[in-house]
Amino acid sequence: MKYWIVSALAMLSAVALALSGANEYLFFAGFVVLQAVILATGWNILGGYAGYVNFGVPGFVGVGAYTALALHLLFNAPLIAQIVAGAAMAALLGLGVGLLTLRLRGIFFSIATIAVVFILEAVVMNSRFLGGATGIQLTRPNDVWLFGTYTRMLFVMMTLMAIVALSVARYVQNSYIGQGLRAVRDSEEAADCSGVPTLKVKLIACAISGALLGIAGAPMPMYLSYIEPLSTFNMHYAVIALAMPIIGGTSHWLGPLIGALILGTLQQIVTVTISSELNVLVVGVLLVVFVVAAPDGMIGLVKKWKTSSK
Amino acid sequence: MFFSFELLFEAVLFGLMLGCFYAAVSLGLSVAFGLLDVPHVAHPALLIVGSYGAYMLGGWGIDPLVSGFLLMPIFFLIGMLLYRFYYETFESRGTAAGVNGLAFFFGVAFIIEVLLVVGFGVDQRSAEADYIGESLRLGDLRLPYRLLIAAGVALVLTVALSNFFSRTFIGRAIKAVGQDEGALRLMGADPVKIKQLAFGIATSVNALAGAMLIIVSPVEPTMDRIYIGRTFCVVVLAGMGSMKGTLAAGLLLGITESLVLTLFGASWATAVSFGLLLVMLGVRPQGLFGR
Repeated sequence: MKYWIVSALAMLSAVALALSGANEYLFFAGFVVLQAVILATGWNILGGYAGYVNFGVPGFVGVGAYTALALHLLFNAPLIAQIVAGAAMAALLGLGVGLLTLRLRGIFFSIATIAVVFILEAVVMNSRFLGGATGIQLTRPNDVWLFGTYTRMLFVMMTLMAIVALSVARYVQNSYIGQGLRAVRDSEEAADCSGVPTLKVKLIACAISGALLGIAGAPMPMYLSYIEPLSTFNMHYAVIALAMPIIGGTSHWLGPLIGALILGTLQQIVTVTISSELNVLVVGVLLVVFVVAAPDGMIGLVKKWKTSSK
Repeated sequence: MFFSFELLFEAVLFGLMLGCFYAAVSLGLSVAFGLLDVPHVAHPALLIVGSYGAYMLGGWGIDPLVSGFLLMPIFFLIGMLLYRFYYETFESRGTAAGVNGLAFFFGVAFIIEVLLVVGFGVDQRSAEADYIGESLRLGDLRLPYRLLIAAGVALVLTVALSNFFSRTFIGRAIKAVGQDEGALRLMGADPVKIKQLAFGIATSVNALAGAMLIIVSPVEPTMDRIYIGRTFCVVVLAGMGSMKGTLAAGLLLGITESLVLTLFGASWATAVSFGLLLVMLGVRPQGLFGR
C-alpha cells in the first residue's frame, strides 16, 4: 500500500512539475535520468535476479526506437502505440536470444547479446526505409494537449513508464518467477534438481527484461526528433544499464532505482561542469570499484552498516 | 552485381590472409577464455592497447613489428597482474561466476577505451613502415604486403604456440589446468601460478597481435567492440582452446568476411563474425573441433 501511495505522489509531482513554468532543460535532462531508471530496472530482472549478464542493451533500445520509428513513418501512429509495439518487439528479441543460448552457460548468453547489437546495427545501416547510416529527421506535433511542449509530455510519459517498470520488477521479485530466478542465480543445477522450471523462468525474465529495455528506447525518435544508428546502438547504454544496478544493489528492485538516480544525476552534473568523456570514465571506474569492493552495492553497504552498528 | 571468377578468387585469397590474421588475434583469448574459462571480454581492448603501443613507439621510428616484440614483456606482466587481481577478488572467494567476473572485465574494457580516447583522441591512427601501402604483383593479382606480412607472422605465431602447448612441460601444465584443476592440485602443482603464467602468455600475444592489427588497418579506441565479435567467434568456432582449431576457425571467418565484403559491401562485413557466432551458439556450441 505504501508503495502505491509513493508512486502516485511521484506521478502527481511529475505532472505538476510539467504544468509549472520550470525551465525546459530540466525536462530534457530529466528524460535521460528516467530513461536510466527504466534501463537499470529492466536489465536487473535478468542480470540481477538470475545472474545472466545482458551486454546487448543497445540492441533492445534500438529495436524499441526503430519499431517506434517504423510505426511513425508507416501509420503516423500515436506515441502510446509506438511504445507498446517497441516493447513487444524487444520482448520477442529477448525471447529469441534466450531460446538460442539459455541452455548454455551464462557467458555464452552474454556474448550472444553483444552479437545482437552489431547485427541489428548492420540491418538498420542497410535499410533505406529506416534512414540508413545517415539517419532520419522527424517532425513532431508542435502543440501538445495540456502540457504545452512535447518534451514536457515525454517527461510525464517517462515518469509513468519508470513507475510501470519498477512495479513490474517489484512484482517479479516477489512472485514465483523471482524465487525461481534467485534459485537459478545461486545454483542452476540445484534449482533444476529441486524442480524449478529453470528454462521457463529464464525465458519469462528474458521477455520481461527485453520489453522494459525496449520501452526505454521507444520514445527516443520523438525525444530527439532525429534518429541514426551509431548513437542508438551505442554500447554506452550497455555500460550504464550494467553499472547502475551494481552500484545500487542487484538483489532488490530498489537497487537499480538508487543506482540510476545517483549515477544519472552525477553524470548530468559531470557532463555539464567538466566534460562528457570524463562522465563516461566515471561510470566505468565506479562499476569496477563496486564490483571489486562492494558487490552487493549501496543496499549491501547499508545492510552491513546496520548490522555492525547494532 | 558484377560477378566473375577472378573476383571470387581474389576474395578467397584475401580471406585466407585475413583469416591467418584473425587466428593470431584470437590466440590469446583462446588461452584465457578457451582454456582457463575466464570471461575475458577486456581481451580485445588490450589488443587495441597493443596497437597504440606500436603507434607510440612508431613515433621514434621503430618498426611496428619490432615494437610488438619489445612490448611483449610488459604485456606479460600486465596479464599476470590482471589475473592475480581477478583471482584474489573473485575466484578465491568463489564469486567469479555470474555477474561479477563479467561486469569486472566489461568495466575494465570500457575504462581502457575511454583512456585511449582521452590519450589519443577519437581519430584513426596508423603505423608507418616501408611495406605498408605497397603490394606484391603477380600478374593481375595484387597482394598487399601489409596483409602478407601479418598473415606470415600469424602463421608462425600459431604454429609456435601450438607446439608450446603440446610439447613443452609448462604448455602441457597449462592445458592440464584447463582440463582438471583439482587433479593438478593433487599432483602437487599450484594451479593459480600456472593460470597466472598462462594469462601472462595470452596477454603478451596481444602485444604482437596489436602491432599486426595496426599494420593491417588504422585503429581507433572503440575498435575493440568489433574484435569482441571476431575473437569470440573464432574461439567458439574453434571449440574453446584448441590452437589448430583456432587457425582453421580464423580462416573460415576470414574467407566468409571477405566474400561478404565483395558480394554485399562493407556495411554488412562487420556483422558477419557476430552472425556466425550466433549461428554457432545455436547449432553447435561445442565448436567445429570441440569434443
